[in-house]
Amino acid sequence: MELHTIEKLVEKYFSGETSVAEEKQLKDYFSSSDVAPHLEQYRAVFGYFRQAKQEQFTKTVPLHPRKHSYVVWITVAASVAVLLGTFYIMNHKPEQPQDLGTFDNPELAFEETQKALNMVSENVNEGVKSINYVNEYNQTTKTIFK
Amino acid sequence: MNQQEFVNLISPFKDKLFRMAKRLLVSTEEAEDATQEVLVKLWKNNNVLSNYSSVEAFAMTMTKNYCLDQLKSKRASNLQIVHSNYSDRTASVQRQIEDKDSWDWVEKIMETLPEQQRLIIQMRDVEEYEFAEIAKIMDMSETAVRVALSRARKEIREQLVKKHNYGITYN
Repeated sequence: MELHTIEKLVEKYFSGETSVAEEKQLKDYFSSSDVAPHLEQYRAVFGYFRQAKQEQFTKTVPLHPRKHSYVVWITVAASVAVLLGTFYIMNHKPEQPQDLGTFDNPELAFEETQKALNMVSENVNEGVKSINYVNEYNQTTKTIFK
Repeated sequence: MNQQEFVNLISPFKDKLFRMAKRLLVSTEEAEDATQEVLVKLWKNNNVLSNYSSVEAFAMTMTKNYCLDQLKSKRASNLQIVHSNYSDRTASVQRQIEDKDSWDWVEKIMETLPEQQRLIIQMRDVEEYEFAEIAKIMDMSETAVRVALSRARKEIREQLVKKHNYGITYN
């Protein structure tokens, strides 16, 4: 390309009046091997712009497909279910059978009651017997640590 | 819009978003994070994307605003942007090294420009956007874009010429 036109273009370039096509012409000229010596100083600028355009974005973009929101809702539903389940199990103990049977004959009932009470008292006596040891122990310590 | 359609939609301009983010944030990692953030935001709003005449311009605006916010919060908390991606000198031919060197200068000079000028240079000289598109993304008039662009280009030239004349190879 004629040197004269290039000089003009360079001038226009620095006053911000060149079109994109003209700037491309300049870039082509300055990337060629025969740049006029007095224009050599601009070579770096245009070379740099060319080179700067080569850089690429290599990182991947973490795009979550729409399904994502369903997964969230399923998680929420599952945790609610687990929570309710635990709550139900904690509060709902298996019921004890309430009906233990009854006696129609008062005499028989009396005998049975007495039997039951005897059993209780026997157990109590047995318990008291073992407490006697403790009394013995207390007395002994009293005699020693006086 | 499904995932595949979205990926197809963003693939023509995702590199542009990244390069713009990097122009502002300088660090590659931060620029990557910013781009990712913007694209995820875009994906979350994908049901309204059809309302925009140009998704690309919309995404560029989002990236611009996101990065400026990022810079603002960085400055507010007095944090330095850490970046270690200046030079990777593996070129063997001398000419290549020289080119790379002077490109590094240009890059460094661009870093000294005000953010607005940096963005405009990036969009015009690197991405080759029309003035109307830049004006829309920057929310400026076309004349103002031209003026800022001319100022930025002249500033780059001035600093570059200075470096050439002084024979300084690296600052």
